Amino acid sequence: MAVIKKLSAVKEVQEHLLGIQNLSIQEANLILSEAKNFIKLNRSASKKLDLLRGKTQINLFFEPSTRTQSSFELAGKRLGADVMTMNVGNSSLKKGETILDTAMSLNAMHPDIIVVRHQDSGAPNLLSQKVNCAVINAGDGLREHPTQALLDALTIINRKGKIEGLKIAICGDILHSRVARSNIYLLNMLGAEVNVIAPKTLMPTSVNKLGVKSFTNMKEGLKSCDIVMMLRLQNERMHGSFLPSKREYYEYFGLTPDKLKFAKKDALLMHPGPMNRGVEIDTRLADDINVSLVKEQVELGVAVRMACLKLYCK
Amino acid sequence: MKEKYFINARIIDPSQNLDEIGGIIIDEKGKVKAVGKAVNKSNVPSKAEKIDLKGKVLIPGIIDMKVFIGEPGFEYKENFRSLSNAALSGGVTSVVSMPNTSPVIDNVSMVDFILRRGRDKAGINIYPSATLTRNMDGKLMTEFGLLSKKGIVGFTDATKTVQNSEIMSRIMNYASDLDVLVMQHPEDHELSKGRCISEGEVSTRLGLQGIPYIAEKIIIERDLSLLEEYPCRYHISQLSSSKSVDVIKKYKKNGLKFSAGVSINNLSLNENDIGDFKTFMKVSPPLRKEEDRKALVQGVKDGLIDVIVSDHKPEDEESKRLPFAQAAEGSIGIETLLSLALELYHNDSLPLKKIIETITYNPAKILKINKGSLKKGSDADLCIFDLDQPWKVDVSKLKSKSKNAAIENRKLQGKVLMTYLKGESVFNLQ
Repeated sequence: MAVIKKLSAVKEVQEHLLGIQNLSIQEANLILSEAKNFIKLNRSASKKLDLLRGKTQINLFFEPSTRTQSSFELAGKRLGADVMTMNVGNSSLKKGETILDTAMSLNAMHPDIIVVRHQDSGAPNLLSQKVNCAVINAGDGLREHPTQALLDALTIINRKGKIEGLKIAICGDILHSRVARSNIYLLNMLGAEVNVIAPKTLMPTSVNKLGVKSFTNMKEGLKSCDIVMMLRLQNERMHGSFLPSKREYYEYFGLTPDKLKFAKKDALLMHPGPMNRGVEIDTRLADDINVSLVKEQVELGVAVRMACLKLYCK
Repeated sequence: MKEKYFINARIIDPSQNLDEIGGIIIDEKGKVKAVGKAVNKSNVPSKAEKIDLKGKVLIPGIIDMKVFIGEPGFEYKENFRSLSNAALSGGVTSVVSMPNTSPVIDNVSMVDFILRRGRDKAGINIYPSATLTRNMDGKLMTEFGLLSKKGIVGFTDATKTVQNSEIMSRIMNYASDLDVLVMQHPEDHELSKGRCISEGEVSTRLGLQGIPYIAEKIIIERDLSLLEEYPCRYHISQLSSSKSVDVIKKYKKNGLKFSAGVSINNLSLNENDIGDFKTFMKVSPPLRKEEDRKALVQGVKDGLIDVIVSDHKPEDEESKRLPFAQAAEGSIGIETLLSLALELYHNDSLPLKKIIETITYNPAKILKINKGSLKKGSDADLCIFDLDQPWKVDVSKLKSKSKNAAIENRKLQGKVLMTYLKGESVFNLQ
């Protein structure tokens, strides 16, 4: 059984977790090392702790989510917090309520931590200025999804033992992906070399300024990579004439066993989910337990979120 | 009204290429009787009351070519009275009001309303503009002739752009015959739809969909091509990128006649000022790179850009306290227009006379209005300022009804001390 330290009296992290861009390398490493302890706990028979007993955690989801929401919910419960999940959807907005109104009424209930997902970039930043508790960003617009990047990093460390010096490819709809952005910042910070691969219409402008190399060709982009991170191709993008068809996308950017051979022999595959089999990834690869880390990502996601809740909770 | 005498001022009036220490005499009717170094202590009546402006600068009252007033429909954001107070504190005596009110100003009876309200409530000269197309939907042109007769000085769809090239060509063709002024906000809607801020590293980092510079350039190039066929009085309301400056340079070199403006925001701020989603920095056209800002300043210096506007757009708190993508565009600025422009003088970017020209003489020329000059016989609209006085922009002290100032808390150098409208004192800082 792992040794889990009590809550520290002095906070070792900033007030909020809004994005990897705001994070220092010390904070990132602290979260990752805390999370490691929780992996063992989560695999044990008795998973419940009372570190956050008496604390209230509110999950405020303005955008639908399955795995992130359940992961945060479970993480809070395992630490003993009272967890409330609110799926705000568009109902409040339709009634004319703004995000700040919603936040203020929740704030009146004295939460200790709010986990927020919102379709607009910067919404958690706005929220954090108005509430008295810690705010954790569970994904905002196209900007950041910090806990996803942290769980991806933990998964890589768990398998490869390190991140420094690894070559990692992120492939797919980079333009619309907050996961890609957060991963680029974190992996760069931890010393990896990052390639991004996408058709030009799905590549953000000035992406090279984020410290990555960009490719429009899988063969070149995957060359000697240790990790291949695939992103979901959002089907709604097909109508904005970003791409001619799914078929053509799969031909050039879908990950097949053949294309995976461009990477290192022992290269591993990651995907933040949900997957579109046959669009960005071959179904054989998706299920290949020797290559795919998808299940492990989900598993370690809970541990990372426990670490974040523990460190950031007021 | 008695005659008024101002002496010992540094008088800058680009309309007569004047920059000298001297005085000005205002007659009983509020007109300029004499101006320049000939007016001094020794030749004004010894008993007359003289206002000594030693160390101060005196210029024609400022003309702001792009101001959103809020009446009718948005009185909670700004009204004629609050706008006038803000304008006069900034030395602005004449404004072109934007027609994107609710309802929009696209017909004769609305012009009547604006003129009457303006006459009763405003303490400044209001020059109303009307929309280019009915309801600003880019389809049917408005009654240029009838509206002009009523007193409309120019036509613009304010923050919208006529997208259809056929309609734009007809507008220009028709306008050329009536000699009316067409003012375009250049932005391709398809390339800017659902987007805010400038496209680039900052937009990628903030996770916002950016507006590419090409959205502006493509409309400017289209319009200038049309202008070669249908020469009318054409004005580009605002530029934001260096590429747009290149385009107008090319066409002006070829002898094409048109004018262009720029917002003081785009001359003084860049995309990095957006910081952590500051919605007051959300303006249209968007703030772009530092290189773009510099190119715009150079464009003003070279005379490619004729006017500087405040692009005053009051927005209430509710419209701004939202996630960035949902927040309204715009910043107030009429009160700080001159002071912020003086920053460009103090940091050696622009000569003082050039700055004054772009906010007095040039807009008057473009609008064909009898303002912006201190020539003998013109209305004595005056702005008197201290070139060096330091101050900090405290939004709570600004007179505009809305407080969305992009330059909130900025330290500025140079402040308006007195404003005169037709010879009457309408603002005095003391």
